[in-house]
Amino acid sequence: MNRIDQRFAALKQKNQAGFVAFITAGDPDEATSLALMKALPKAGVDIIELGMAFTDPMADGPAIQAADLRALASGITLAKTLNMVREFRKSDSTTPVVLMGYTNPVYRYGFEKFAKDAAQSGADGLIVVDLPPEEDEELRGPAKAAGLHVIRLATPTTDDKRLPVVLKDSGGFLYYVSITGITGAARPDEERVRKAIERIQKSTKLPVAVGFGVKDAESAAAIARTADAVVVGSAIVQQIAELVKKKMPRGQIVEKVSAFVEILTRATHGARGKVAA
Amino acid sequence: MKQAQNLSNSYRQGPDERGHFGLYGGRYVAETLMPLILEVEKAYAAAKADPGFKKELDYYLEHYAGHPSPLYFAERLTKHFGGAKVYFKREELNHTGSHKINNCLGQILLARRMGKKRIIAETGAGQHGVAVATVSALFNLPCTVYMGSVDIERQKPNVFRMRLLGAEVKPALSGSRTLKDAMNEALRDWVTNVDDTFYIIGTAAGPHPYPAMVRDFQSIIGRETRAQLQKAEGRLPDTLVACIGGGSNAIGLFHEFLDDASVKMFGVEAGGHGLKTGKHAASLNGGAPGVLHGNRTYLLQNEDGQITEADSISAGLDYPGIGPEHAYLHDTKRVTYVSATDQEALDAFQLCSKMEGIIPALEPAHALAYVTKIAPALPKDHLLVMNMCGRGDKDIFTVAEKLGMKI
Repeated sequence: MNRIDQRFAALKQKNQAGFVAFITAGDPDEATSLALMKALPKAGVDIIELGMAFTDPMADGPAIQAADLRALASGITLAKTLNMVREFRKSDSTTPVVLMGYTNPVYRYGFEKFAKDAAQSGADGLIVVDLPPEEDEELRGPAKAAGLHVIRLATPTTDDKRLPVVLKDSGGFLYYVSITGITGAARPDEERVRKAIERIQKSTKLPVAVGFGVKDAESAAAIARTADAVVVGSAIVQQIAELVKKKMPRGQIVEKVSAFVEILTRATHGARGKVAA
Repeated sequence: MKQAQNLSNSYRQGPDERGHFGLYGGRYVAETLMPLILEVEKAYAAAKADPGFKKELDYYLEHYAGHPSPLYFAERLTKHFGGAKVYFKREELNHTGSHKINNCLGQILLARRMGKKRIIAETGAGQHGVAVATVSALFNLPCTVYMGSVDIERQKPNVFRMRLLGAEVKPALSGSRTLKDAMNEALRDWVTNVDDTFYIIGTAAGPHPYPAMVRDFQSIIGRETRAQLQKAEGRLPDTLVACIGGGSNAIGLFHEFLDDASVKMFGVEAGGHGLKTGKHAASLNGGAPGVLHGNRTYLLQNEDGQITEADSISAGLDYPGIGPEHAYLHDTKRVTYVSATDQEALDAFQLCSKMEGIIPALEPAHALAYVTKIAPALPKDHLLVMNMCGRGDKDIFTVAEKLGMKI
């Protein structure tokens, strides 16, 4: 059983929403981001979404583009990103890792080789943002064969006619982008998100993770009351950027970011309890 | 004259229903954009089938843009080369000074049909930005143009022009801060403002249906050329030459003739400091297939699939990709893609100014640079048509600086 499925099954038993943390591999450098990756599960993170850096991440905002450029400047490559997952797996065999990125580096690496190597390194799922269902045939097959979930995105513009297209062949969870726009933009409206999740859940049994615009404990808890998982990326990456700017020693960056993440995971895991009370 | 009878052997049938030209093209966009792209595709298909749309577009092309643009026999240059008869398709005489207006008129009429209330665009040299700002003024729609902050600096006259026309020019501050980053920013704007905004892409690239749609709107260049040369010489051209950045002026000229087997075609990429230096914008001759900005095509990239920066004296050619139909025509060898360096373009720029009294834009100066290489060796009855796709007023500052002159 794929680690993602295991994790969502366990969360369901606990009646908890999961917490998905995004960081870009190699931001601000390989060693620090590997240390951070290892620290995230201890801070309560359920699923790690590891960004595969790209020069032109069109669907992401300035925070994540800056993270990608920091990582690339430090010398990260796709092969090194997969190595990070391999290293991470040496000490953690249960936390699911989802690789997230854009088509071109994966295409250049070779779709088939990538799916095989990603699975062998210990990854559990793939999100390729600019590879919609209409174009992902070349990756989908090899990914499935390697035991990787292809995780797709749905947005407020994904209407009832289009939703089945997105859901077909998608696995792991459905990543619901809570606002139209780029990562790190405005905060989502809780009520609208709730309605959207209800609409999606009519069509699928897949867990629904909600991201884009979640910035603090309060917004994380709000999403956690209805979604199966909360995704936080830009806010974490923004922290890294600020600490790097302050020339904080690398060890302390890991500590500070973990502490920030822990606030969010606590809010997420405790959110449903609050409703019951 | 006749089009290919066997459609399966035609080069003019692409793209397929999913927007692919062979391996290239497609719709590589985030899910947020997918419904928008599908909406544009549907609306464009409906407009294409509506004679009223064509009538309206033809009206503005004639009375506002100034079509048909002349096909001019460049007699002095022809004598100078001593070979092929050189004709210029004078697209630089269109309103706003380049072929860009053809596409902008088409797309803004489509945006109006779709009920969109706001226009966005990306621009490199500013020619497309000016054309978009122009049609937005004409149809009274608010317009935001994204432009790399590096380009804003080197194309000041066009930035001022856009602002005069009422457009907001927003600097793209990320990445290399040139055309590709302006396109990233425009795509980000579009996903954020999905309900009311229409994105007028300036070249025959991006997600389907843009490459096909932009080509269709630019195909007026080739259609007019066919009729005009028929009148002047009674036959087809032997050779067509056009510069290539994203490739909209070239596909506009070529598409009409793709199935006329006797017509040779050359697309001239920006060779920058020379292909061997790695500092150029020649995606086909110096790049590899990849995926960027919604389509699969040839891209300048490193071994790890990271996009590398293009380098050209011409801001309009300074883009690390190329339209997918050109990628297809390159692989099938129907069109030959060559390159001209910055220096060769500068030489051609000056030659054309002095010999024909036409100051070309630096973009078609690349095409002319290739013409200077091949025309002398061609027979005197060989008919060569070059697309003079833009005028050079915008480039005088760049050229003056290169020539060590102060304006």
